[in-house]
Amino acid sequence: MSDQEYTPKSKVGKWFNDRLPLLTLANHLTDYPTPKNLNYWWTFGGILTFCLITQIVTGLVLAMHYIAHADMAFDSVEHIMRDVNYGWLIRYIHANGASMFFLAVYIHIFRSLFYGSYKAPREIIWIIGIIIYLLMMAAAFMGYVLPWGQMSFWGATVITNLFSAIPLVGEGIVTWLWGGYSVDNPTLTRFFTLHYLIPFLILGLVVLHIWALHVPGNNNPVGIDVKKPSKDTVPFHPYIVIKDGFALLMFMIVFAFFVFYTPNILGHADNYIEADPLVTPAHIVPEWYLLPFYAILRSVPDKLLGVVAMLSAIFILAALPWLDTSKIRSAVFRPLYKQFYWILVVDVLILGYVGAMPAEGLYLLIARVATAYYFIHFLIILPVLGYKEKTLPIPLSITGSVLGGSTNFAAAKNKESFTIK
Amino acid sequence: MKNFLRISLLILLFVGPQNNSFSAEKAEYLKTDWSFKGLFGKFDRSALQRGYQVYTEVCSSCHSMKYLSYRNLAEKGGPEFSEAQAKAIAASFEVKDGPNADGEMFTRPGKLSDKFVMPYENVKAAQAANGGAYPPDMSVLVKARGGGVDYIYSLLQGYEDPPAGVSLDDGVYYNKYMYGNKIKMSNQLSDGLIEYADGTNSTVEQMSKDVTTFLMWAAEPHLEARHQMGFKAIIYLIILTVLVYFSMKRIWSRIETEV
Repeated sequence: MSDQEYTPKSKVGKWFNDRLPLLTLANHLTDYPTPKNLNYWWTFGGILTFCLITQIVTGLVLAMHYIAHADMAFDSVEHIMRDVNYGWLIRYIHANGASMFFLAVYIHIFRSLFYGSYKAPREIIWIIGIIIYLLMMAAAFMGYVLPWGQMSFWGATVITNLFSAIPLVGEGIVTWLWGGYSVDNPTLTRFFTLHYLIPFLILGLVVLHIWALHVPGNNNPVGIDVKKPSKDTVPFHPYIVIKDGFALLMFMIVFAFFVFYTPNILGHADNYIEADPLVTPAHIVPEWYLLPFYAILRSVPDKLLGVVAMLSAIFILAALPWLDTSKIRSAVFRPLYKQFYWILVVDVLILGYVGAMPAEGLYLLIARVATAYYFIHFLIILPVLGYKEKTLPIPLSITGSVLGGSTNFAAAKNKESFTIK
Repeated sequence: MKNFLRISLLILLFVGPQNNSFSAEKAEYLKTDWSFKGLFGKFDRSALQRGYQVYTEVCSSCHSMKYLSYRNLAEKGGPEFSEAQAKAIAASFEVKDGPNADGEMFTRPGKLSDKFVMPYENVKAAQAANGGAYPPDMSVLVKARGGGVDYIYSLLQGYEDPPAGVSLDDGVYYNKYMYGNKIKMSNQLSDGLIEYADGTNSTVEQMSKDVTTFLMWAAEPHLEARHQMGFKAIIYLIILTVLVYFSMKRIWSRIETEV
């Protein structure tokens, strides 16, 4: 099972592999020892790979028919919807695919938060993941601009204007980003170019993300190191492949339901009105997956500080491996952390909700409290909790039977809410 | 597994409806049965044909439909006029074409490949003729309004005398479903306004329903194909999921851990 010992059986294979060890790589990927207690929350890595490939493939086809010009973009999207063979299907998969991608990435991130997957020795995997997440947001935002509807135009105006908050050079930067004095054709063409580029950057980072993962191996629900290969692990193929495949199919059913039956529910009606620089929509709202950050931005009265708060909310995640001082990875053995974790989940959902509402009155107050709590969670609760919390005893092995039965493990497992079944 | 489903559902419920919640302060929309909703939803062919008649005889004097072509009227999943009918419809419109060999623009009868003829030369002309308000293009109108078909259907029947205390400028009308209740389009429909080719009684309610159905098709011409393919795709996925589930159980039974 060790990579070094692998030699291809055929002569040609050996000849090729000595020159470019692709077969060794393939062997490593199929034999890769994976903890056998991974639950379904671990299947979202595979699901996300599927999402990325889907977006790239559908995006390529759309780019063949789309015209990146302020006067023709909206028309070309309608052309895709009406006259391109199955254009409606490709566009709806791409548009809903973005939402599905974010749904999956949020589950993936919150799984990591629950089981402490960001902790040593997996900090680099985590940080690459945060960069991927940032690039995803950039790609999604620019992609939403391309149909050149009202929400595209005004969303682009609001978001690019954030850069004007930078002291001294802000206005200049905004003009530079726009390629003019307002969001216009030059903005659209550069957004299209970048929207085409970013997915391939993400693809490259995904390779690094997986490479970095394959050094220490997967974390697991118990959060203790596994000896590999051993009775604790199973080879990636066929065990994990079939399980990921099953979860992916479940995910695809949800995906298909959106695409075929409610393809526009996650979008905004105003984006079916062609962009008009002279008419501002009543409410400018980003797509749902950006709403928590939009709420943080608007909860701060000062523009510059609002931008700083919004960016900090994302970058603070990169510091998480050092902010969380607990030695125990999995929340299963951290009774207090588990409660704070669920409070954070609710907090982020609340931020998302108020992000969609007008920033006034009660909504604004809720947004401010929720924003404050978000930062308190990462900056105060997590560091302190590591020292104060009384954790439950952790088992010696993920398979209770290996060491003749660990009672601790059985006890802890009963309390666990994320059981493998 | 149970938790997985429960939490996914929770997230979907949370993110799904929030984008459409701004219209909450307005009057409740009128409800009617739309044949095109639901898993097997299809358009009512005769409603589409009547709706097209309402559009041409009433709406089209101000509202364009620039993304539709006359050929669409004969295509599958639409009003499905016969090709001869669609040709006759197209030919009844004068289309500006050119320049010809002499460099002159000329008009000719419409063909199937022509886009719907626009009522005005350009946006400015439309505004000038309508007191400054631009009658929106109706190609994707139902998708461009928060309440969708229910909103359009209600709006067409929502004209009322303004309540006491509300004063209206010239050329502004009161509509209880309009955002802010003030609309620049006057009430266009009245009972018996048009004579349906199929003899249906043309009440305001009937015309509203027919023309809204027509607009839904105009905005989503492939809706029927989408519903049909969706049903097949989901059935296929469910069967495959079940098969993969049992394969997974079989494979994992080789080791002690349960999946």
